[in-house]
Amino acid sequence: MSERREAAGPPVLDVRNLETVFRVRDGYVHAVNDVSFSIREGELLGVVGESGSGKSVTMMSVMGLLPSPPAEVAGGQVLYQGKDVLKMSKPELRALRGGEIGFVFQDPMTSLNPVFTVGFQLMEPLRIHLGLSKAQARERAADLLALVGIPSPAARLNDYPHQFSGGMRQRVMIAIALACDPKVLIADEPTTALDVTIQAQILDLVQRLREELGMGVIWITHDLGVVAGIADRVMVMYGGQVAEHAPVADLFARPQHPYTRALMQTLPDISGKRKERLFSISGQPPILRAKPSACPFAARCAHAMDICLKQNPKIEDRGAGHDVACWWKPAPAEESLDAA
Amino acid sequence: MLRYAIRRLLISIPTLLAISFIVFALLDLAPSDPTANLPLTIPPEVREKIRLSLGLGEPFPIRYLKWLQQFLINEPLAVFEQLTGLSIGDSENRLRVLSWATRSPVTDLIVERMPQTLWVVGMSYVVAVLIAVPIGVISAYRQYSIFDQVGTLISMLGFSIPTFFTGLLLIVIFSVWLGWLPSIYDTTHVVNDWESFLFQVRQMIMPTMVLALANASQISRFMRASMLDNLNQDYVRTARAKGVRERTVVLLHVLRNSLIPVVTVIALGVPTIFGGAIVTEQIFRVNGIGALLITGIESNDIPLVQTLTFIFAILIVLFNLIADLLYGVLDPRIRYE
Repeated sequence: MSERREAAGPPVLDVRNLETVFRVRDGYVHAVNDVSFSIREGELLGVVGESGSGKSVTMMSVMGLLPSPPAEVAGGQVLYQGKDVLKMSKPELRALRGGEIGFVFQDPMTSLNPVFTVGFQLMEPLRIHLGLSKAQARERAADLLALVGIPSPAARLNDYPHQFSGGMRQRVMIAIALACDPKVLIADEPTTALDVTIQAQILDLVQRLREELGMGVIWITHDLGVVAGIADRVMVMYGGQVAEHAPVADLFARPQHPYTRALMQTLPDISGKRKERLFSISGQPPILRAKPSACPFAARCAHAMDICLKQNPKIEDRGAGHDVACWWKPAPAEESLDAA
Repeated sequence: MLRYAIRRLLISIPTLLAISFIVFALLDLAPSDPTANLPLTIPPEVREKIRLSLGLGEPFPIRYLKWLQQFLINEPLAVFEQLTGLSIGDSENRLRVLSWATRSPVTDLIVERMPQTLWVVGMSYVVAVLIAVPIGVISAYRQYSIFDQVGTLISMLGFSIPTFFTGLLLIVIFSVWLGWLPSIYDTTHVVNDWESFLFQVRQMIMPTMVLALANASQISRFMRASMLDNLNQDYVRTARAKGVRERTVVLLHVLRNSLIPVVTVIALGVPTIFGGAIVTEQIFRVNGIGALLITGIESNDIPLVQTLTFIFAILIVLFNLIADLLYGVLDPRIRYE
């Protein structure tokens, strides 16, 4: 994995200072604040954070998939191969979606249209983006189902989603996302609804395809274990902003942000003695009715200081491409959680 | 599916028999006398003979079974013979369900009235569906827009104002004040050229519109609610993420799902067409089935009312079955074994 970390070339997808707000009855909720990240060819960026931290909203903003109203991308740039997605015309955007960027959604049980066959739904992007004839699209669709490991693919094209299990449907979703050989695959918690064996199969599949097709992958999850296994870089999100963004080995070796550190402590220890209780971060993520003027994590933070409540920390580099948005700094001896 | 349909048809036989018994018995219990409308000078003995000649001397079970036989066998045979010109068996002496008031077979009366009802009420239903579906789709897609607000207001009005009010209102405006449209539907009008066709259209406009407004209000609300349910589904987002055109997303992916419950509602509403819009037919003097039923009730014409009521019951049972089968056709998740 480590040899992949130095993925070369300019970023395929470059998101700069993205801001997304939701209009509510009496004002706005600032769901995404000043989020920047980029992804190169063949690179896998893991995005972690608890529910409500803005992971999914960020990715849907990138693709313009949030319903507007109430959602509104209020600022920033999303550069796909140098072109701003947020300023694209409708046809350009359509060409991008499904053609250049594939998207796998969270819930496979509801993400497929129940009244159309899997074949129809899989052939749709092929016909739109690649201009294939019905027969050609059918052939390619069968190949895609085979690629994601669905047995007797040609016959299953005629089946409806309800005739597939959850894991199979998620593979169909992945097949749809991969249909047109996208440059970027955005996978929004693609394995949370699945059991562990299927999860492992899907992880393997994405790893393999990433290497074969050289696509950049953004993998949203709240499973740090998954991230440790597959990601090149990890972005930890909290309260609609980036808390920490670092190469995977560095992140696990010296987590800087108290939120990241707390997340890691919530993982149960496999080896060694059983802890009395699992560690948890008390409290809930904030609902941002205004643009945060303080650190959004301050209320739950073990290391909160006066300044945390007065000023929202800017993201800064702490060496080796390890970016953190925090006023607090662990003492060098305490950086590694294993040592602590 | 075919097996299911056949089984459902077989199950509906006892249902319909039970309904036929209730309809017959209820109306038979109602105080009525087929000679009541005859001149007072007719002596009681003659009246009694008239009653006997109508089969009223026989006990209730016999009368019920005879009516059932006439309804289920004799009348269909008679209609078949009229349509084909053939004669089957002893067609001269076959007993038919006779109307007490007109002394003519009830079926003939119904066949005579059917075209008017189908034209006016049927057309209004078609118009209602054709305007309700797009209105529902647009209202849902542009929820809370001006279009949606106005549409909601109109459908609330159409739903809550009875047809006898909207009917009279239209007559006052378009017939009395403006004099554009005839207020009475001329049943005897024959369409044989462009002029007469235009007249037919003009006389159909008001009754059709009154009924269409009432029906469309209801159907468009169903359509809107169903579209709203589906527009927020995850599969819609998937379709957009695939780069599908917005129009295709809405009119193919969402509409196809939203139509499932709406088609059921539409199918269940079809029997009301045959039932005729009783009130509206009265207002515009459309000589249809609804008007026939009212005449039958007013003139104590028990056989006519029994037969019509039972026909409505058959249609309701039948279209319930059709709605169920359509559901299975439209929704692949539903399979009838």
